Amino acid sequence: MKAVRWHGAQDVRVEDVPEPTIVNPHDAIVKVTTTAICGSDLHLYNGYIPTMKAGDILGHEFMGEVVEVGPAVENLHVGDRVVVPFPIACGRCFFCEHQLFSLCENTNPNAWMAEKLWGHSPAGIFGYSHLVGGYAGGQAEYVRVPFADVGPIKVPERLTDEQVLFLSDIFPTGWMAAEQCEIQAGDTIAVWGCGPVGQLAIKSARMLGADTVIGIDRFPERLRMARDRSGAETLDYTQVDVYDTLMEMTGGRGPDACIDAVGTEAHAPGPIVAYDRVKQALMLESDRPYALRQAITACRNGGTVSVAGVYGGLVDKIPFGSIMNRSLKIKTGQTHVHRYLRPLLERIAGGEIDPSFIITHPMPLVDAPHGYAIFDAKEDECVKVVLKP
Amino acid sequence: MAVEAVERSVTDLGRRAGSTLDEIRRRVDTVDPERLARALGWLSIGLGLAEIVTPRLVETLTGIRDRRGALRLAGARELATGIGILSRPRDARWLWARVAGDAMDLALLGEALPRSNGTTGRVVAATAAVVGVTAIDALSADRVGRDAKPGDEIAASAGATVTINRSAAELYRFWRDLRQLPRFMKHVVSVEPIGDRRSHWVAAAPAGTRIEWDAEIVEDRPNERIGWRSVGVAAVHHAGSVRFEPAPGGRGTKVTVELRYHPPGGAVGAFVAKLLGRDPAQQAQEDLRRFKQLVETGEIATNAMRADAKEAAR
Repeated sequence: MKAVRWHGAQDVRVEDVPEPTIVNPHDAIVKVTTTAICGSDLHLYNGYIPTMKAGDILGHEFMGEVVEVGPAVENLHVGDRVVVPFPIACGRCFFCEHQLFSLCENTNPNAWMAEKLWGHSPAGIFGYSHLVGGYAGGQAEYVRVPFADVGPIKVPERLTDEQVLFLSDIFPTGWMAAEQCEIQAGDTIAVWGCGPVGQLAIKSARMLGADTVIGIDRFPERLRMARDRSGAETLDYTQVDVYDTLMEMTGGRGPDACIDAVGTEAHAPGPIVAYDRVKQALMLESDRPYALRQAITACRNGGTVSVAGVYGGLVDKIPFGSIMNRSLKIKTGQTHVHRYLRPLLERIAGGEIDPSFIITHPMPLVDAPHGYAIFDAKEDECVKVVLKP
Repeated sequence: MAVEAVERSVTDLGRRAGSTLDEIRRRVDTVDPERLARALGWLSIGLGLAEIVTPRLVETLTGIRDRRGALRLAGARELATGIGILSRPRDARWLWARVAGDAMDLALLGEALPRSNGTTGRVVAATAAVVGVTAIDALSADRVGRDAKPGDEIAASAGATVTINRSAAELYRFWRDLRQLPRFMKHVVSVEPIGDRRSHWVAAAPAGTRIEWDAEIVEDRPNERIGWRSVGVAAVHHAGSVRFEPAPGGRGTKVTVELRYHPPGGAVGAFVAKLLGRDPAQQAQEDLRRFKQLVETGEIATNAMRADAKEAAR
C-alpha cells in the first residue's frame, strides 16, 4: 500500500509498505478514505519532535471503512464508516474512566521514553513519533487501529468525509481549547493563530457563547477566514502591537481568556526571534513560545490561558510571576477526543457547524510531499490540506 | 652494605613477618571484614594518588630510584583497585587484586634493592611495610571470600510499582497462576510449576542464549503478597516479592515488586546489563506495565503493524 513516510526534516515521501494486519484482539483495520495534514504534523516535518525514525508513517487525522476486526471488537463491523480519534485509548484504565482519554495508561508501548522526557507518559498517538508509541499513522491506504471498540465513531452516510473528518482531531481540539476557557456571557476570547485549530477554536468559542472573539495571525487569508466564517475581530501582529491593541479592545482589562493555537514553532517580530532560535539551535530550549508568552501577559487578571498548540520539551522565559501574581489559570493537554466525538457529531449533523470550511487544498495522497511543502510555507493561501488515498 | 647483609635482613624480615602472621590473622578476624576492606580501599586510593601526583616523594620515602614511570602506573592500578573495593567491599576479587598489586610492588622493591646504594635502609623498611600489608590484604580477601555464601551474594536490589484498576484478589490470582507470568514478563520464556511451591523457569538471555533455574515460593499470603527465591545452582541468584495493596479511594490496587539479586559479573555485569537495556529496575517496571495492560485490557500494547512483525517489535 501507499503511505506517507518521514525520512528527516522536510523530507517526506510516498512509498510502498506492507499492509497492516490485526495484531491484538481489540484491533480493526481501517481502509482510509480521507486523511489530512495537521498543523502539528509540521512540527514533525520540521524535525522539532524528538524520536522520529526514518520510515515512520505520518498522519493522525483520518477516517475510512472498517475492513477487518479483531475477535474482541463487538461494536464495529466490516463495512462500517468511521472517524478515528488521534489518541489511542484503552477505555478501561483510571484515566479513561475519568474521560481523560489522551492520558490513557495502557496504549504507549514506549511509555518509559516519555517518562524520561516528561516524567509521566500520555496515551499513544497515531503517527506522532516513538515518544508517544511509534504507531503507524493515517496518511496511508490502511491503518491498524488498536482498541477499535473504544475510539472510532460510526458516522451517518448523509454526511461527507470532509464534514466529519475533523472530528478525529482539530474540531475537538478547537472545541476543548474554547471549553477550557469556561466562557461566560460578555467574555472576550483572544486566539493566537488562525490556522485550522485556531479557526475551529474561534468558531467553538462563539458557539459556547463568547461575546467577542479576536483572532491573531499574520496571513491576510487566515484573518479574512476568521472574520468571514466566525465573525471574529482580527489582529495582524506584524502591523500592530498585540498587547496594546488588546488592551484598547478590552477597556484596558485584557481578554477574559487567551487561547494559544500556535504551539512550538511560533513566529514573532523583533529580536526575541533570534534569542529563541539560537537557544533552540543550541538545544538549550526545544520550543519557541512567543505566542504563549504574549497570551499570558495579555490575559486579564484571574483569566484562563488555554493551550491547544503542541509543545515538545523545554521552554524558557515563561513569565511565571505574571501567572502567579495575577491568579491566571493554565489549561492544556492533548485533546481527549473520545469525550467530544458524539456531541460534536450531533452539532455537525444538526447543521450547527460544517468544519469543512477550512479546507483549501484537497489532493491525492501521492501529492502529500507537495501538500506538506505548501502548508509549511503557507504558500498559495494554504490553510488545510486534505488527502485522498 | 654488602649483598649478604641485605639478604640477611630480608630473610630476617620474612621470619619476623611469618611469626606475626598468626597475630595479624587474629586481628583481621576480629574486625568487621567490610570495614577492613573499606580501609584497604582508602589505602589504595591514598597510595595511588601519592604515586601519581608526587612520584618523586614516593621515591625518596621508599629508596626506589628512577622509576617514576613505573610508580605512576602502579598509582593508576592502586586507584582502580581502591575504587573497586569501595564500590564492592564484599567482593573478594578486588581484595585479591590488591594482593596481586602487592606482589608487583615487591618486585619493584626487589629490583631496587641491589641498586640501592645509600638508600638500602629505606628500601628494606618499605619492603617490610609492603609484606605486612600483603598479609593483611590476603587474609582480608580470604576472610571476605569465606564469608560469601550464596545467600549473601544478593548484592543488588530493584523495585517497581504500578496502580492497577482491579481488585487485589483478582491480581493475586492471576500472578499466583505462575504459568501466566511469561505473558507479561518480557524475558521469561516459560514457568512450569513443580508441585505447589516449586517451579522451573526458562528465560531468554543475551546473544540468543537461555538460562534456566528453579524457584520456590517462600511466602504466600493470599491477596496480599507472594515471596520467592531461586534455589539450587542458579545463573542469577535472586529473591523477590510482589505485594498487592488496595489503593486509597477505591482506585484499584497498588502492586509493588521487589527484587534482590546478584548480578552476574558483579558491578561490571550490572553496568553492562544497563548498557544492554537489561537493567533489572527498568525491566521490572516494564514487566509491571505489561501486567497492568494485560489485566486491565486483555492485551499488551504494541506498535507492530503486522502480526508477523510482533515478535520482532518486542
